Amino acid sequence: MTTLNELRAAVPAQGWLGEALERVAGDPGAIGRLFPAAGRRVGRDALADVPGWSADEAARVQLLAALPADRVAAEAEGLYRYGDAAEKRAVLKALPLLPIADEGVPLLQDAIRTNDTRLVAAALGPYARHLDDAAWRQAVLKCVFMGLPLSSVDSLDERADAELATMLRGLVEERQAAGRDMAPDALALLDRLKGL
Amino acid sequence: MRIFDPHIHMTSRTTDDYERMAAAGITAIVEPAFWLGQPRTSVGSFTDYFDSLVGWEPFRASQFGVRHHATIALNPKEANDPRCREVLDLLPRYLEKDGVVAVGEVGYDSMTPEEDEVFAAQLALAVEHELPALVHTPHRDKARGTERTLAVVAESGIEPGHVVVDHLNEVTVGLVRDSGCWLAFSIYPDTKMSPPRMVNILREYGLERMLVNSAADWGRSDPLLTRTTADAMLAAGFSEDDVDRVLWRNPVDFYGQSGRLDLSDVEKEATFAGNSILRGGS
Ligand SMILES: [Zn+2]
Repeated sequence: MTTLNELRAAVPAQGWLGEALERVAGDPGAIGRLFPAAGRRVGRDALADVPGWSADEAARVQLLAALPADRVAAEAEGLYRYGDAAEKRAVLKALPLLPIADEGVPLLQDAIRTNDTRLVAAALGPYARHLDDAAWRQAVLKCVFMGLPLSSVDSLDERADAELATMLRGLVEERQAAGRDMAPDALALLDRLKGL
Repeated sequence: MRIFDPHIHMTSRTTDDYERMAAAGITAIVEPAFWLGQPRTSVGSFTDYFDSLVGWEPFRASQFGVRHHATIALNPKEANDPRCREVLDLLPRYLEKDGVVAVGEVGYDSMTPEEDEVFAAQLALAVEHELPALVHTPHRDKARGTERTLAVVAESGIEPGHVVVDHLNEVTVGLVRDSGCWLAFSIYPDTKMSPPRMVNILREYGLERMLVNSAADWGRSDPLLTRTTADAMLAAGFSEDDVDRVLWRNPVDFYGQSGRLDLSDVEKEATFAGNSILRGGS
């Protein structure tokens, strides 16, 4: 799993970000205006050293991590609630790196309900270990249904079970009946689950 | 031909429209927040709407290669409803979003004291957030409404070059031109403005600070009328460069003043397709 230190190394706390982190630590409410501005300030390039992460996401995670611990859950909820798609995605990706227990689960559930593939994918990172099995299986099935690569699902092989295999087989049957293809990564997963 | 529709309400349009627009060359759009036809009765229905303007709608547009930006405001009609006024307190959150390139639509509907207050407050927000403003002119009592609009704009201290005044016609074009504000025309079947009338206005007043939009929404409207107008310009003897100026470079210059317009995806595609030339200035 990506760590906070890797993100800090990739987007160092200098200039705008350095000042923003200090402000947030002293005045947690300031994050409401700083969080949306992060992309314009630090850019949105993909980070070569941290695959799957962009500069704005790394900055936003650091902003959340700079909050006093007792404010993190509430601010994350508000930033997600009023966030655009990129902000929501950053909050979802930050969840496993923040000092919170399962308070972020309603945000995952919201993201999984959407039809925005970027949000569904971001909801299935390491924090998805807090989802119960039924919700997690439905989310994985939705990924396959939406054509998302299963590589975005954290701990897929550890968690995939016989029930998920049954659900995937049902989808394969429907697709075959309709003369449509099933994604190769889903078929490969089914193959790995054969013994179950 | 590349076309930027600077005012279109895609929330009210179907996915087929996105497909047809992309095929017609309309690859960049701005969707202003406005009235939905059905009155809202609480702040929550505004925030859900704003969320879709900065979340779902840009995603939907991107599926068709169309770049979507938005403007955010409390519209004049609902400024008169006390149940909606509280949304003013939430606007600053949305005015910081990457995809928000102006405050709008603001302006007058029935020219009430409530509208005065909300209009002035939102022009102040535009100044504070360093954003341009999209100002709608009333459909009834338009000439006097436009005069009063320009007076409020002048009083607010916002730079005229940061303001576009929309839904203009032959009667109001001169007033706005003299104010230094940008001029926008909504090409709407039968009512606001037609392609041939638009061509005549461009002939008479020139291309500077001129914007052409479809303002397509839930009413009888057509998202391809920007393209129809471009074709009418060519047929009337305007050059391809003139069309590109009015229907691409002008909206890019106006909304570009926000510092948040990001057309990198569509400009790359236009270059690859080889059907448009990326020009710097005019
Ligand atoms: Zn409109």
